[in-house]
Amino acid sequence: MIHSLFIVNNSGDVFLEKHWKSVIHRSICDYFFEAQGKAAGPDDVPPVLSTPHHYLINIYRNQLYFIAVVMTEVPPLFVIEFLHRIASTFEEYFSECSETSIKDNYVIVYELLDEMLDNGFPLATESNVLKEMIRPPNLLRAITDTVTGKSTNMSETLPTGQLSNVPWRRTGVKYTNNEAYFDVIEEVDVIIDKSGSTVFAEIQGYIDCLVKLSGMPDLTLSFVNPRLLDDVSFHPCIRFKRWESEKILSFVPPDGNFRLISYHIGAQNMVAIPIYIRHTISIREGSGGRLDITIGPKQTMGKTVENVNLEIPFPKSVLNVTLTPTQGKYSFDPVTKVMTWDVGKIDPNKLPNIKGNINLQSGSSPPDANPTISVQFTISQMAVSGLKVNRLDMYGEKYKPFKGVKYVTKAGKFQVRT
Amino acid sequence: MTDSKYFSTTKKGEMFELKTELNSDKKDRKREAVKKVIASMTVGKDVSALFPDVVNCMQTDNLELKKLVYLYLMNYAKSQPDMAIMAVNTFVKDCEDPNPLIRALAVRTMGCIRVDKITEYLCEPLRKCLRDEDPYVKKTAAVCVAKLYDINSQMVEDQGFLDSLRELLSDSNPMVVANAVAAISEIMETSPTASQIINLNSQIINKLLTALNECTEWGQVFILDAVADYIPKDEREAQSICERVTPRLAHANSAVVLSAIKVIMKLMEMIDPKSEFFSMLTKKLAPPLVTLLATEPEIQYVSLRNINFIVQKRPDILKSEMKVFFVKYNDPIYVKLEKLDIMIRLTNHQNIAQVLAELKEYATEVDVDFVRKSVRAIGRCAIKVEQAAERCVSTLLDLIQTKVNYVVQEAIVVIKDIFRKYPNKYESIIATLCENLDTLDEPEARASMIWIIGEYAERIENADELLESFLESFHDEGTQVQLQLLTAVVKLFLKRPTGAQELVQQVLSLATQDCDNPDLRDRGYIYWRLLSTDPAAAKEVVLAEKPLISEETDVIEPSLLDELICHISTLSSVYHKPPNAFIEGRGGVPARQSLLPRMGSSDLTSELPPLQVTPQAAVIPNVDSLIGDLLDINPSAVQQPSVMVPSGGLGTSSGPGQSADIMDLLGDGFGSILGTSQLSPSGADFLGGGRSSGAFGMDDVFGVQSSTAFVPPLEMWLPTDKGKGLEIAGTFSRRNGQIFMELNLANKAVQPMTNFAIQFNKNSFGLVPAQQLNISSPLVPNQNIKFSLPLGTSGPIQRMDPLTNLQVAVKNNIDVLYFSCLVPMHILFMEDGKMEKLTFLATWKEIPVQSEMQYELKDVHYNADAATQKLQTNNIFTVAKRSIDGWDMLYQSMKLTNGILVLAELKIQPGNPSFMLSLKSTTAEVYQGVYKAYENSLHL
Repeated sequence: MIHSLFIVNNSGDVFLEKHWKSVIHRSICDYFFEAQGKAAGPDDVPPVLSTPHHYLINIYRNQLYFIAVVMTEVPPLFVIEFLHRIASTFEEYFSECSETSIKDNYVIVYELLDEMLDNGFPLATESNVLKEMIRPPNLLRAITDTVTGKSTNMSETLPTGQLSNVPWRRTGVKYTNNEAYFDVIEEVDVIIDKSGSTVFAEIQGYIDCLVKLSGMPDLTLSFVNPRLLDDVSFHPCIRFKRWESEKILSFVPPDGNFRLISYHIGAQNMVAIPIYIRHTISIREGSGGRLDITIGPKQTMGKTVENVNLEIPFPKSVLNVTLTPTQGKYSFDPVTKVMTWDVGKIDPNKLPNIKGNINLQSGSSPPDANPTISVQFTISQMAVSGLKVNRLDMYGEKYKPFKGVKYVTKAGKFQVRT
Repeated sequence: MTDSKYFSTTKKGEMFELKTELNSDKKDRKREAVKKVIASMTVGKDVSALFPDVVNCMQTDNLELKKLVYLYLMNYAKSQPDMAIMAVNTFVKDCEDPNPLIRALAVRTMGCIRVDKITEYLCEPLRKCLRDEDPYVKKTAAVCVAKLYDINSQMVEDQGFLDSLRELLSDSNPMVVANAVAAISEIMETSPTASQIINLNSQIINKLLTALNECTEWGQVFILDAVADYIPKDEREAQSICERVTPRLAHANSAVVLSAIKVIMKLMEMIDPKSEFFSMLTKKLAPPLVTLLATEPEIQYVSLRNINFIVQKRPDILKSEMKVFFVKYNDPIYVKLEKLDIMIRLTNHQNIAQVLAELKEYATEVDVDFVRKSVRAIGRCAIKVEQAAERCVSTLLDLIQTKVNYVVQEAIVVIKDIFRKYPNKYESIIATLCENLDTLDEPEARASMIWIIGEYAERIENADELLESFLESFHDEGTQVQLQLLTAVVKLFLKRPTGAQELVQQVLSLATQDCDNPDLRDRGYIYWRLLSTDPAAAKEVVLAEKPLISEETDVIEPSLLDELICHISTLSSVYHKPPNAFIEGRGGVPARQSLLPRMGSSDLTSELPPLQVTPQAAVIPNVDSLIGDLLDINPSAVQQPSVMVPSGGLGTSSGPGQSADIMDLLGDGFGSILGTSQLSPSGADFLGGGRSSGAFGMDDVFGVQSSTAFVPPLEMWLPTDKGKGLEIAGTFSRRNGQIFMELNLANKAVQPMTNFAIQFNKNSFGLVPAQQLNISSPLVPNQNIKFSLPLGTSGPIQRMDPLTNLQVAVKNNIDVLYFSCLVPMHILFMEDGKMEKLTFLATWKEIPVQSEMQYELKDVHYNADAATQKLQTNNIFTVAKRSIDGWDMLYQSMKLTNGILVLAELKIQPGNPSFMLSLKSTTAEVYQGVYKAYENSLHL
C-alpha cells in the first residue's frame, strides 16, 4: 500500500513528508526530480515512475506535486485517486490547497493525513466524517480559542458516521433553514477544425449539490429526460437499483457540498455548440501577419453568452501583436507568447471583433502552423444537453425544505484550430 | 490563527526551551509544546532527543494530546527502541478503554511502532481487539495484523492471527470485511505460506460481493481485486458475478471502475461470446472506459495504458469511440502519445479519413516528439489500411513540402516502410524525396533514403551520383548508414553494372580496408566474394524478394496479453509487463496468472487430456450439409484404432446414415473398380513399371524413415478370418509431400489371389487412391507383398466420425472386403504450413480464445530445440521461439491438406518432461488429431 507521501513545490523543495510505514528517506525524490528535469513542462512529468526499489506515483495539482511512494503491486489509480482526495480535502479545510495554506496548518495537515490513511490503507476519506473528528480552522474559532485560551481541533467523540450504513453523512445534523441546492453544470469539450466543422464534441456534466437538511432526509430526484444519461458516475450515496429500474436518483445526501453525479454525453448524441468563431490568422515572412477574429452566439436558446475569454498561444517566432478589440481588453505575454482577450458578454446585435497585426521577430522565419484558439465562456440558465430536472422530493423528515435548481453551461476544452 | 507560529524559533537553544515546556505542569503549555515538536518533525528536523519527555506526556485523558504523542512515537520508536518499551503499558491499558475510539487508536498506533522487541507484548491486546464488539475497533485491528506481519511474520502465523482474519471475512459489517480483504491481500503479496489461509470459494466470494455494495470506495477496490483472482466453477457463476459487479462501473472513483472492468474482462473469457449476455457486457464496458478519459490527466494516463491492451484483446468494445482519443493541444505529452497509439489501433478503412485529417493536424504542432510520432503514425496507417495507402502517401508528401526538418526526416523513414509494404507502387514520389537529400542529418533518415535509392536504382537516373555524394563522407557516418550505403551501392552495381563499377570498388575497399567495424567489414567481404565468384548468386542474395512487413509490429503477444488482462489496473498494466518481471518480493504469488479458456479444464493431474470441445459450431470448410455431431469424439476410438468390418462393428458404432454410405460405396463404387481394372495395356505397363520401382523404393524409405518423419507402426486392419484368407496390415506415411498408404497384403488362404482393386468411401479429408492397387502377378498362398499406395486429397468429402476415420473396400477374385482405419493427422500436414510471424500473430488474435484448447504432453525427453527438429520433420513448423520466465515458448503452425490452419503454442520448462500445448484453430474438431500428432512426433 501507500508507504510515504512527499509534497514538493514548483521550485523543488520537499516541504512535507509523511510516512505511514517505515521511514523512506526523502532522497527518493531525486528520481522524481530527474524525470521532472526531462519533462518539457510542469504538467508533463509521467505519473508513474519506477526506481530500483520503489514506485513513485505523482499528481500535479495547484502548482504542487503530491508524490506517493509504493513498494508493492498497488493499483496506480487507487493511489492517484487518493492523492487527489488529499488535495481536495486540503482545499475544503483551508479553502485553498497551496504551499502557504499547508504550512500554516501543519498540525491539522498531519492529523488529517493520519486519519485518512492507516498503514497505507485508506481509513476515513469522506470529508463529513473527517470534519467530525478534526474540526477545520475558521476565524470564529480562532477568536474563541484566544479568548478561552483553548486551542484544540480534535473532537472527543467517535466518528459515528464511519460505522453507519451511510458513512458519508454525519448524524445529528441540525439547521434552522433547511435548504437544498442543485447545480447542473455542463462543460462542452469541442474541437473545431480550420474550416469550421466540428471534429469532436462531447458534454461533461455534473450535478453539484449544497444540501443543508436536518436529520436523515431521503431524497429522490427525477429528470424530464433521463434517457440522456447513459454514461454516469454516481456518488456512493445513490441507490443504483432504483436508477436501473426507474431512472430516479434516490439517496440520503451527505451534509454540505458534494458532487451527486457526473455524466458524459458523447458523440452519439448531437451536441449543440453554443458559439461560433470566424477567424483569419495569417503569418507571413517579412511583414508579419494579420489577425481578425469575430465571435458570435448560436444555439443558445436566447440566453446570453457571458465571461467570454479567448486564449491564443502564438509560436515562439512572434515578437508581439498590436490589436484593436471592439470590446473588452486584450493582453500579450511576451515570455509565453500567449494572447488573451477578455471579451465579456456577447451582444448578438454587435458581435465582438478583434483585429490587427502580428509582428514577427526580425530574421526569424514564419512558423509552420497556426495556433489553436481556446475559448472560455459561461451561459447561465441553460444546460446545453437539454437535461432538465423534473422534481425533487424528500421523505423521512417532516419539515419543508427550500429547493433550488440552477443550470450552467461552460466551455470545457473548447478548441478552435486555425 | 495559523500553525506557522510553531515554526518560529528563538535564538536561545530551541531544544532546551521545548524540553522545559514539555515538562510543564500546565496542560495547555504541554500541548502547545508537543505541537511544536511535531511541527519540527514534519519538516524533517531531528527532535528524537526529546523522546523521554514526549513519552511522559502520553498518560493523559486528553484525546488530542494522546494523538499527538502517538504521532511522535510512530516516527521515532525505531531509533529509540528501549524507550519505546516504556510506552507499551499505556497501549495495553488503552486497548481496554471504554471508549472505542481510544481502543481503535491504540491498536492502530501500536502496529505502527516497528520495533521487534515490543511486538510480543502487543499480541494479547490485538487478539482482544479482533473480537471487539465494536466494528470500528475490529476493522482497525484487521489492518494491525497486516502491520505486525510486516514486522514479524512468524509470530503472526504462530499466534493464529491469520485464522482470525479469515473469520473476519464473514463479519456482518462490510467495512470489517473490506479491511480484512485488504489485510489478507497485503499479506499474500509478501508471503508464500499465507496463500493457503484464504482459499477463495464461492461462499466467501458471495459474502464479499454482498459487502461490496455497502463498503467504502477503497474497500470496494480491495474486494474487486480479490474477486478478480477467483475462478468460478462454471459459466453460470461467472455470469452472476458479472451481474453483481456491473453496477460498480458507474462509480465515481476511477480505481473502483477499473477494478470492476478487470473482473468483467476476466470473466468474459468464460462466457459464450455468442450469448446475449456477452454482447450486453461488451456494450456496458464502453461508457466507463470513455468516462475515465474525462478526468485528471494522471488518471487518463493509467486508463489509456490499460485501454491500449484492452482494445487489442477485445477490439469491439471501443470500435465506435475513436473520437474520444483525439488529442487536445493542451493534453500533457504522456497522454498525447498514448492517445495516438490507441488511435492507430482503432483505425480501419471506415474511419481512416478522419484519423488522417487529425494526424496531419498533429504533425504541425509544436512538440517535436509528438510531431514525429504523428508522422510515424501516418505511415502505420498506410501499412495497416491498404485502401488508404495512397491518401497517406499524399499526406506525407504534403508534410515534406513544409520543409520542417524533423518532419521531412521522419516522413522519409516511414515512406521507406511504405515502399517495403507496397513495392513498385509509389515510385513516382522518389523525385520529391531526392530534393530533400541535403536536409537529412539524422542517421535513420539518411539510411532510409539510401535504402530507397538502392532499391530503385534502376529508375533513378542519377542514382550513382547521389550515392557517390554520400560516399564522400563515408567515414563520418554512423554504422547504420554505412551498412545501408554498402548494400545500396552493390544493388546499384547489380542493376546497372556499367556505370557503377568504380563506385562498387570504392565502397568495398572503404568497408573492408579502412573500417574497423566488424559487421561492416564482414558484409563488405561477403559482397566482394559473391561478386567476384558468382555475380548471378550475388543477384539472388542481394536482390532477393523481401519478406512482407505488417503494421502490427508492436502488438503484445497473445500469452502476455492474456496475462495483462488479469492485471488490469495494476502497475503491470502501466508497464505492459508481467508483475514478476519487475516487482520485488512477490515470491508468494503464483508466477503466472493466465486466463482460463471457457470450460477448458486446466487440471494438470487428470489422466486424459481434456476432451471437451467448445460447443461453438465450427465447420470444416467444404462440408456443406453433412455436419455430424462431432462433440462425442470417442477417446478410446482415437487412441486405439479399432478395426471395423461391415458385418460387425460398423453397424453398431455408427448410425444408419453411415450404413447407407456403405451401400453407396458398394453401389457406384463397384462400377468404377471394375472400370479401372480394364486399363489399356500401355497404361498398365506404365503403372506396373512404376509399381516395381515404387515397391523397391519403399523398402529403402522404410529403412531410414525413423530418423525422418514419423510413421506409425503397421497395424492389423483386416485379420485373416474377416478377410476370407486375405490379411491386410498397414499404416500411413508422408514422403516428399505425398501421402502414402503403406499396405502389407498377405495371402493366408489356400488359393492364389488376383484382380486386386481398392476404393475409399467418402471421407473427411477427401482422401482417394491416386492409382490403383496394381498387383499384377497373383498373390500365391503364404506370400507377402508390400505396396505403397500414393493417395490424393481431391476426392469427395464427407465428415466422418471420428474425423480421421477412413473406410476402405478392397476387392480381389474372392470377394469385396471392407475395413476401416484411422488416418494419423500428421500425414495431412502440408510442407508449406510455416506461417509468417506476423500472419501468425494476426491469426492467433483473430481466433477467439474460446476455441483455444489446452493439452498436456507427458514424458517428453527433448529440449525445445530437439522438439522443434522433431516436429519439423512432421511438418509442424516453429514460427517463433521465446523464453519467458524460464519457460521456452514455441509458436508453431501447421496447415492441413484442406487448408485448415492450426496454430499452437508449446510451453516447455527445461527439465520438466511435461509440455503444455495450446491449440487454436478455426476448426476445433481437428484438435484431437493434432494433439495425437504431437504425441506421436514427440514420443517416437
